[in-house]
Amino acid sequence: MESLIVTQNLSKNYGGVRALEDLSLEVRRGEIVGLLGPNGAGKTTAIHILLGLLTPSSGSASVFGLSPLTHRHKIAPRLNFSSAYVQLPSNLKVLENLKIFSKLYNIPDAPKKIASLLELMDMTSLASRITGALSAGEKTRLNLCKCLLNDPELLLLDEPTASLDPEMADNVRKLLKKIQKERNIGILYTSHNMPEIEELCSRIYFIHEGRMIAQGSPEEIMKAFQSKTLEQVFIKIVRSGDFVVKEPGL
Amino acid sequence: MRQSLVRIGGILTRYLYLHMRSMPRLFEIFFWPVMELLVWGFVSVYFQSLLADPATRIAAILISAMIFWDILYRSQQAVSIAVVEDIWTQNIVNILVSPLRLWEWLAATFIYGFFKISLITALLSAIALTLYHFNLFSHLGLFMIPLLVNLLFFGWALGVFTSALVIRWGHSAEALIWGIPYLVQPVSAIYYPVSVLPVPLQWVAKGLPSTYVFEGIREVTKTHTLPWNYFWAALALNFIYFLLAALFFGKMFKSARNLGRLGRLGMD
Repeated sequence: MESLIVTQNLSKNYGGVRALEDLSLEVRRGEIVGLLGPNGAGKTTAIHILLGLLTPSSGSASVFGLSPLTHRHKIAPRLNFSSAYVQLPSNLKVLENLKIFSKLYNIPDAPKKIASLLELMDMTSLASRITGALSAGEKTRLNLCKCLLNDPELLLLDEPTASLDPEMADNVRKLLKKIQKERNIGILYTSHNMPEIEELCSRIYFIHEGRMIAQGSPEEIMKAFQSKTLEQVFIKIVRSGDFVVKEPGL
Repeated sequence: MRQSLVRIGGILTRYLYLHMRSMPRLFEIFFWPVMELLVWGFVSVYFQSLLADPATRIAAILISAMIFWDILYRSQQAVSIAVVEDIWTQNIVNILVSPLRLWEWLAATFIYGFFKISLITALLSAIALTLYHFNLFSHLGLFMIPLLVNLLFFGWALGVFTSALVIRWGHSAEALIWGIPYLVQPVSAIYYPVSVLPVPLQWVAKGLPSTYVFEGIREVTKTHTLPWNYFWAALALNFIYFLLAALFFGKMFKSARNLGRLGRLGMD
């Protein structure tokens, strides 16, 4: 399978503070990969480097085989990004926001594309609604509409279900799985919700205080940490500060 | 190139929707310039009545100076406010990770500013004609074009500079958007000639393109002609300031990217 993201020994320091240390990961076409860790682990730092929003201190990152720092304009049309902490302008209507981003992504036949995405996200009736008046779930679905405008080959999703109730989060997960399967795209997904990660991701990278702690499939990681759930692994890592890299077979 | 134009159109559409959505925002475009013109206009008419010699044309000088100061101020504001608007709405990361290039983003803010200023100038000119019988267009004639071009360029350069500060320092630098233009106001010889300033400040004034524009307006008022050396001096200085502002923007952008501020804009 084609590699969409490859990082090697990626590190980021802010003065004396180490945000990321020697992170090496890979995301291939057609897989959903989880990037897990507690708050401040370095997940968002890694995503920002991949988006070209942050310069790494050392190591390398490539997206579609290109550097996000020097080839952002070749990479950007092929990927998209959503985060619980990034919003579309709340003072514009749903349709207006999508029209603007369809221009920024040079989408051909934008009205048709927007209509189909609104239908996919069950948002057709909300097209004329002011974005600020949407519920958290509706805003997340709108962000996903924006994310899919350019038929991305790669999605970077930073805690996309953070503000959703369990039912809505379940809907979003189902939708992502469907999209990933139908379009054979790669997804890098961060979340604190361990059951969500178990359900969605075929592979996981677990990071803590900027360092990689474990990688593998959810089952392999649970086995390596002798835990029944990823949540138990999460708690074990955070409480023990276990910095031994555990990989399948080790 | 076509793709660039579509993306610039996307950002312009965003500003258009923004003003269509918000009456207060639409109202704000006109409110401050009109209020300033009313105050300065009536003050000018009063001063004119105190002077026996109508040839001094004090009202014409002050009203045209006020309108042109507003053009400089609003062109700077248009660029900076457009940038900060996306920070306020936490949309800036969406913009920065889209295929939009930095120059396209800034070009869109320039065009937006140009339209905004055209509207304001038309309205202020109409008010000046109605209330003070002062016709800006016949007063300055075609000289208005080179004067306007230079002010617009300087406003854009200042706008790029203040936007760079906001990109680098986030919310804490926002006050500078409104403050920086007032830093150049006293030394731009807007309402008085450069000769009024103390000598050290005269040297500062001569280093600003805006000074040559306002000196030019006074010359047109007095002699009905524009000394072209004023125009070329302002244009040359604008070129330098624009280049410096663009380099500064690039440097601040890079610095914000190194420090991890780009992804956190609007969240601090």
